[in-house]
Amino acid sequence: MAKSNQPDCEMLKGTLDMMILRTLIGGDAHGHTIAKVIEHTSEDVLEVEQGSLYPALHRLEDRRWVSSYWGASENNRKAKFYRLTAEGRKQLVRETSRWRQMTRAIGLVMGEEGGVQ
Amino acid sequence: MSWLRFVHRKHSDVELQDEIEAFLTEETADNMARGMMPDEARRQAGIKLGNAQRVREQLWRQNSVAALETAWCDLKYAIRTLMRTPGFTAPAILVMALGIGANVALFTVVWNVLLKPLPFEDPNRLVVIYENSNDQSLMNSVAPGMYAVWAKQNHSFTSLAMLGGAQFNLSTEGGELPEMLDGTACTANLLPTLGVQPALGRNFTEGEDQHGSNRVVLLSWSLWKRRFGGDPAIVSRTIRLNTLPYTVIGVMPQWFAFPDSGTQLWTPVYDYFPAAYMTAVGNHQFEIIGRLKPGVTDEQGRADLSVITLHVHDANLNNPFVSKAANTQPLLNDMVGDVKRPLYALLAASGCVLLIACLNVANLLVARAAARRKELAIRAALGGGRLRAAARTVTESLLLTAAGGTAGLGMAYGLVQWLGHLTFQNFGRFESIQVDGAVAAFTVALVVLCALFAGLFASASTIGSQLSTALQDASRMASAGQGRTRLRRSLLAAEVGLTVVLLVVAGLLLKSYLQLRYSDLGCTTKNVMTMRINLFGGSYNDPARRVNFFAELLERVRALPGLEAAGLARTVPGSGYPGDDAFTIIEHPPLPKGTTQYAINFDAEPGYFQTMGIPMLRGRLFDAGQRLEAANETVINAAFARQYFPNEDPIGKHLRYENKNWEIIGIVGDTRSELYQDPKPIQYYPIFAGTGNSGMLVIRSGRDVEQLALPVQRVVQELDRDLPVYNVLTVDQLLGRVTFDASFNTTLLSGFAVLSLALAAAGIFGVLSYMVAQRTQEIGIRMALGAQRNRVLKQVLLDGLKPALAGLALGLAGSVGAVRLVRSMLYATRPLDPAVFALVSVVLLAVAVLACLAPAWRASRLDPMKALRTD
Repeated sequence: MAKSNQPDCEMLKGTLDMMILRTLIGGDAHGHTIAKVIEHTSEDVLEVEQGSLYPALHRLEDRRWVSSYWGASENNRKAKFYRLTAEGRKQLVRETSRWRQMTRAIGLVMGEEGGVQ
Repeated sequence: MSWLRFVHRKHSDVELQDEIEAFLTEETADNMARGMMPDEARRQAGIKLGNAQRVREQLWRQNSVAALETAWCDLKYAIRTLMRTPGFTAPAILVMALGIGANVALFTVVWNVLLKPLPFEDPNRLVVIYENSNDQSLMNSVAPGMYAVWAKQNHSFTSLAMLGGAQFNLSTEGGELPEMLDGTACTANLLPTLGVQPALGRNFTEGEDQHGSNRVVLLSWSLWKRRFGGDPAIVSRTIRLNTLPYTVIGVMPQWFAFPDSGTQLWTPVYDYFPAAYMTAVGNHQFEIIGRLKPGVTDEQGRADLSVITLHVHDANLNNPFVSKAANTQPLLNDMVGDVKRPLYALLAASGCVLLIACLNVANLLVARAAARRKELAIRAALGGGRLRAAARTVTESLLLTAAGGTAGLGMAYGLVQWLGHLTFQNFGRFESIQVDGAVAAFTVALVVLCALFAGLFASASTIGSQLSTALQDASRMASAGQGRTRLRRSLLAAEVGLTVVLLVVAGLLLKSYLQLRYSDLGCTTKNVMTMRINLFGGSYNDPARRVNFFAELLERVRALPGLEAAGLARTVPGSGYPGDDAFTIIEHPPLPKGTTQYAINFDAEPGYFQTMGIPMLRGRLFDAGQRLEAANETVINAAFARQYFPNEDPIGKHLRYENKNWEIIGIVGDTRSELYQDPKPIQYYPIFAGTGNSGMLVIRSGRDVEQLALPVQRVVQELDRDLPVYNVLTVDQLLGRVTFDASFNTTLLSGFAVLSLALAAAGIFGVLSYMVAQRTQEIGIRMALGAQRNRVLKQVLLDGLKPALAGLALGLAGSVGAVRLVRSMLYATRPLDPAVFALVSVVLLAVAVLACLAPAWRASRLDPMKALRTD
């Protein structure tokens, strides 16, 4: 479980926002859950640094892509929940399609190189 | 959005802490679920989170706007330091308030009067048209016959409107007093030409603008409110003007003040004046307003009308009064032409005051910076950027100027109100003055500009200094470095220089005003009262009736107790050009065809000369018993005799005037009709000849003449209940009105000059006191080594006077250029009047010495022992 030592797990710049938005599709969640979901879904490859998670969440809220409210967590503790707004949903669609283009492009480049070898 | 975030970042930080706490709790619970001990679970959660403080800082920074943060810091710092030194802050704010207040007030006036477009439709196409009568004036009034031809034949104007002055006696109605009203007689197309509609009712029709049609009148808003209670039923009601019934057809909008704000009635011009009069091409009587066709320029319009004018001239070669060309001028120019230069001169003067105020504040800031050198040096040594230091000084000066600007805006508002009340002129644009968006923008711009100027000037003096020397310099034994002192001296010199310029200009205006006010009119002005009586309409159309009325009036007035003399004339000296008329001298050879000679024609009654103290030089006055057709004697003044009878005796010669021969029976002393002009030739005719229907009653008393105003008015009321008496004024009051503009400009400019003198004196005093305080120890050492107190006094005095002298030289040189700007405002005063220049120099030096004396005295009284011990 020495995830933090893996050099490859550094998140690509700008992808955190997108992943947070994607996570919130499943329903409202608080910071801890969001981090856990990202880690689990990525089969523990990606580690969400708390230091960047909270500023990211506030940034998203600032842009009106998520809204927030204080509620009770699954364990009945006080927690700040985030909800995806309609605007955020549109943003997610935009970012997803851009991400797909990007990965396809990178894949094409890498595929050719791989073919030569 | 970011602003909101910036303001809420404290709240956001608290929330983040809660959130982090919630995360730790969740993670700890998870870890415990994985089987960790509570302590270990908490520790692991902490590790997973990482540095909570860092997260908080990151979010804090994310929510902050860096520049804003610094500015906010500087602002708090500046407020604290300024609050701590009220002795510096209060005078600085006061100085800025005075400077900015004066400027905003003047700008408000200039903006409203000179720059704002006229409130008419497409005002840029409106021009005023004159006849160009080369020999008399380039801008002569227009003859009605000429107007008629222009209106018919021109190709450049969509419409031409004619207007002229008219006076109305509004008769008694329901117990109100009769009233004399100034009105305007205009063509029916005047309002359409301007693009204005009456607020109530309708405009004149072309049919009503003809002689003998139904009499109709438009009222001004204020007359309607005042005299008719604002009753809307006024439209189509009948009122009596000059004893004739007029139908009110409408009320003009409240803002409408054309041609001036004294106009209370408008009536059709062709109905008001006799029909024969309106076809004459030689009587210059009217103002013409034209609306240029789109795309036609002022010059094209002028050229078009000039061609027509020349045709009219050629068809009337016998009439020497027909002009050969036309002249035009944009309407706004025409309305503000007289006040333009004085207003801009005043604005420039207030600009100088502001510059001096800025220099003063800059000087104060430099003094502060010098006193805080140690603090600034330490800041710099610790890595504080110089730019940040400059920003802090500018913030400080911005605070000062903003506070000063706020106070100044209040001051300006008061000043503008006062200016509005003060103006006697019936000048519509002076009364519509208001503080609006443009003025607010000007104020803000001024505040920022002043703050930058004073702040940058002050910080420039700190930026140059070397860190290490500053730190050493800050030790107790040194006085301020040379460089800084030099900067402050040049600031002082600049201040004094500007003050000198203002003083010189104010001195010239003051001298010119005094010359004007006390110029010899050629008659007495003390204890003389005038009142005007017009005999219009009804039975007064009979000349005999008018003459009888005037004779009866004089007889009764002369019987009043306390009255020394009473007389009757067309007007009094000093109240303006009364108009002129042509004459020929029967005994002289006839004039060449097409030429003319004319002189002021003046109806008077013998008592007038006696009342006004106009001396009889030769011969005798009219016989008051000769009336109407029997009157055939004339009196001339000395200037007339000099000009038209250079080498002969005028007495016994005859003038041909208004188709009648008049014998010259006397010569009287010269009088000035206009204060600004030398005496002109005058031909006096007896008022009892009955040609005029308007007269000015003049009365003189040995004691307070104003006490006679009511008894005289009562006499008039006894003679005719419906006859108003107006312009009840002493001659001194009348002259006060005539010289009001000059007095106003002089007062305001002198005020600015005195203000800047006080500021400059305060500047010299402040700088010198500060230098003495800085040099306390040095002076102490000198004295301990045996320096004489007198020497110290002299030394410090010279220190202070040097920049004052430099400023004086600078200012005198600058004045030579500045007086060019006010040359046209001067009367009988040379622009380089040596007395004014000398007086200004003396006053300035005296004030400078006074300002230097206290600090110098203090320095010379220093106790060397105490001085050496002070830190």
